[in-house]
Amino acid sequence: MHKPLFNKALVAAFACLLFASCANVKEYQKSRLNDSEMSLSSRKVEKNELNFESYREGASGANGGKTGGGCGCN
Amino acid sequence: MKKLFLSTIAMYVMLAHAFAQTTADSAASSYTAKPLTLDEIGLVSSYYSQTGDHSAVTGGRGNETVTDIANGLDLKFVGWENGRVKHTLTASVGFDHHTSASAAYVSKTGASKTGGTRIYPSLNWLKENEEKGTSVGAGLYYSSEYNYQSVGVDFQVSKKTNTNGEFSAKVNAYFDKVTLIYPSELIPKSTPGSVIYTSASHTTTTGGSGGFNIPTSPRNTYSGSFSFSQIINKRLQGSINVDLVAQDGYLGLPFHRVYFNTGKDTVENLPSTRYKLPIGARLNYFLGDRVILRAYYRYYTDSWGLSAQTASLEIPYKITPFFSVAPFYRYYKQTAANYFAPYEAHKTTDQYYTSNYAYSAFASSFFGVNVRIAPPNGIFKSKLNSMEIRYGHYSQTTDLMSDVISLDLKFK
Repeated sequence: MHKPLFNKALVAAFACLLFASCANVKEYQKSRLNDSEMSLSSRKVEKNELNFESYREGASGANGGKTGGGCGCN
Repeated sequence: MKKLFLSTIAMYVMLAHAFAQTTADSAASSYTAKPLTLDEIGLVSSYYSQTGDHSAVTGGRGNETVTDIANGLDLKFVGWENGRVKHTLTASVGFDHHTSASAAYVSKTGASKTGGTRIYPSLNWLKENEEKGTSVGAGLYYSSEYNYQSVGVDFQVSKKTNTNGEFSAKVNAYFDKVTLIYPSELIPKSTPGSVIYTSASHTTTTGGSGGFNIPTSPRNTYSGSFSFSQIINKRLQGSINVDLVAQDGYLGLPFHRVYFNTGKDTVENLPSTRYKLPIGARLNYFLGDRVILRAYYRYYTDSWGLSAQTASLEIPYKITPFFSVAPFYRYYKQTAANYFAPYEAHKTTDQYYTSNYAYSAFASSFFGVNVRIAPPNGIFKSKLNSMEIRYGHYSQTTDLMSDVISLDLKFK
């Protein structure tokens, strides 16, 4: 498959999964979802990892890390 | 470095002691207003060590050894308005100290200083209405190091849906200033009383009279971040995150050399605008009673011709409900930016040029382990509510390698 097409298909498939198959989950059924390891954000302890990745790699963003500010000059 | 390390330890001990003197009354009753009170203290420290042989300071070849010790302190204050509206004010300050072998070669003779300190305070406010499922917030950021200043603001809103989803949007802007410290052999010629700095496509501001102050050049970053998260079933939830980022100003660094194929050197020159589009997705699944799968994927493209894909998987295993060990692996691959070429590969006719290997084509791997301890009554029944220790080893196909170890302590 053509690579950009594959990427788009992957994103679309993921979006379909999210939007199409949601069960009605009650508050009392969320004990596992509320576990701190299930958080949908990066861990706070990862903060400096995200910084060095954004400085050493060309890509950044869409992960809760910084998108600007600070030099990372060295 | 030793002094900094010892002062960090001392800061931890003092803060833990000071916090132990505060009252434990942090539970908000349901329908009464409560003023802002200190709810949580967070401390994050990291040590980073890197080796490599493609320094941008020396034109894409040369020692890239870096060490960095980073410390961050967060004070979180929480207050309640009518028992249903929660206000959170977070005051943070971070300070890093780094040493960089290549920084010595900003001077041709290797005599420049090799270390520097960065300090970055911030202030964030968040108002959450539990009844309506909405939140609104704003933040202020500042960062200062000897050759770079940054001021930032952001504004965010979110809204929960009645189908266990949540939309959020955030806009932010950073207004940075790059100090124009050039390699010693490339410092622009000045005339008495005025300094004329020219840099291919950028506006610069000159310093004081006589040219004793080094001029700076602006770099602005504007971004919009949009995300949607959704609970899919009792064990599965995911989110999609999209950032739109626009940058303008001086986007290179003045002490990054480029050597042309003629052997002549100059300062890297990059376009004065850049647009970035990262799209990320997370999916977390609770498998059985002890295992969690945390998956992340990101596609990235930008106006400099660089595209990248990132995939990571972390698998926390709960040894007890309050103690987990999580091995992780991250794979990253990018194409080269249009303006990258290695040492002595650029032509003098090129309009834009850089030999910074962050813009080269490469793949990287990052693996390690995260350990988390968070007993319900605190660690050893103290105010230390949770502790995380994380180690990772990073390697690029450019031969750059690094190790990072981090510690996160939360006092409540």
